[in-house]
Amino acid sequence: MQTFHLSQPASLDAALAAAREHGVKFIAGGTDLMQLLKDNIESPTELIDLEHVDLSSIQADAQELRLGAMARMSDVAAHPDVRAGWPIIAQTLEASASPQVRNMGTIGGNLLQRTRCGYFRDTGFACNKREPGSGCPAISGENRLMAILGGSDHCIATHASDLAVALTALDATLELRGADSERRVPIVDFYRLPGNTPHIETVLRPGDLITAVTVPASNLARNSHYLKLRDRASFEFALVSIAVGLDVQDGIVQGARLAAGGVGTRPWRLPDVEAALRGKPQDDAVLRDASSLATVGAHAARQNGFKQTLLQRATLRALQMASA
Amino acid sequence: MPSVTRRVTRRGLLGATVSGLAMGSVAARSDDTAQVGLPPPPPAAATATDIVLQINGNHVPLSVDPRTSLLDALREQVGLTGTKKGCDRGSCGACTVHLDGRRVLSCLTLAARAQGKVITTIEGLAIGDALHPVQAAFLHHDGYQCGYCTPGQIMSAAALIKEGHTRSDAEIREWMSGNICRCGAYPNIVAAIRDAVQEG
Repeated sequence: MQTFHLSQPASLDAALAAAREHGVKFIAGGTDLMQLLKDNIESPTELIDLEHVDLSSIQADAQELRLGAMARMSDVAAHPDVRAGWPIIAQTLEASASPQVRNMGTIGGNLLQRTRCGYFRDTGFACNKREPGSGCPAISGENRLMAILGGSDHCIATHASDLAVALTALDATLELRGADSERRVPIVDFYRLPGNTPHIETVLRPGDLITAVTVPASNLARNSHYLKLRDRASFEFALVSIAVGLDVQDGIVQGARLAAGGVGTRPWRLPDVEAALRGKPQDDAVLRDASSLATVGAHAARQNGFKQTLLQRATLRALQMASA
Repeated sequence: MPSVTRRVTRRGLLGATVSGLAMGSVAARSDDTAQVGLPPPPPAAATATDIVLQINGNHVPLSVDPRTSLLDALREQVGLTGTKKGCDRGSCGACTVHLDGRRVLSCLTLAARAQGKVITTIEGLAIGDALHPVQAAFLHHDGYQCGYCTPGQIMSAAALIKEGHTRSDAEIREWMSGNICRCGAYPNIVAAIRDAVQEG
């Protein structure tokens, strides 16, 4: 680990002002950043501790849910308003990591965790995300866990967050602050495809911070479910996961929102599946036909072709769960 | 100088052995560098920070490098070696402690960020000679084999019971999934927790 200076500002403005300097990094829960520091994947000269910045509120009303970026994963998951109005958010959080990590990890930090790609995490290998232009060993190497959607010739690493999959399905918006700027960005526009710049992962500019996440209230959000399939039952990242929100009135699907995790270079919205459900009767044949569209645009590497089958089947299972 | 009879402990013996090995490797390296004519690289500069941690009811002043994890501070500086270092990457749970009553991983916590929080380690769980109900239940059910993961398991289990995630064995297993036991003592760990819930 390279040495750094730790500053502990008491206000958001002070934190944002400190972040103007080059080589500065925010630290929230630290559960991912500490790993990256220990493995010399990140080597900031200064860490800005957000612990004392007041960003941890959880507020819900009839219109929307607003989660402060420093709200802990476990506190959000346990919140009665979250569980009632946006159950999928609690489900994705409780399917993430371990209880200890959830007590530490924050909403903002979870959305900004780096990929679990083994090549990215090991400085002994080339990686275009870590060292732009050095190459991507995953494309012809060990790629069982890699993305089948959104990859490029430069990177096929998946996005690791479960929460981001739920927020993508539910049309969440991120509130971003910089020292001189304030923006609201829909989460579907927040993550960038790797293209030929896989090291630029989001639309955040240097010194920007996620301050809050808002999620609209809806029938879809109230009837939302998360299905996560993984190599072991708990404390593991997704091979394939599906977030689904369904609004069904009198047996007809009024609206459907779906997103997939573990398969894309960013949380992956499934618009073709949604379109195939809208206005249709909620029966098994419709669900099956729609599920087959989950893999539109998918491209498998040597070892991860199984994710295509798994993605279609997981989509069907998640739709059946939401219909039950 | 008075003569002192030193008690040989497993830790002392291991420490002596390790430092002996380290000296051997340093000697070998200095021979190598002499041949190629290069001095060994200097250690990275680090600025120490003075902090005070509140550990098991005691205020402990420390001078730490900003990089120091709470785990390393507890073990190497405070001498509380009950908290174990397994993976040092947040994957095994051996380093679990309580911060303000919540279970967290001390390997992923910077010591300097633990200032102002109430830190409880395995050494602070018992009250005097009275074991915490989870400690007693682990003894009764033989909830360990080698024992290395045990402090983390017990700290996690004590928190789990307070959280109330004990309505079934399946729920206990799910909410203990952050603590890995490579001996595979899981059935007895679950039995101990179930018992401790009833005792509590």
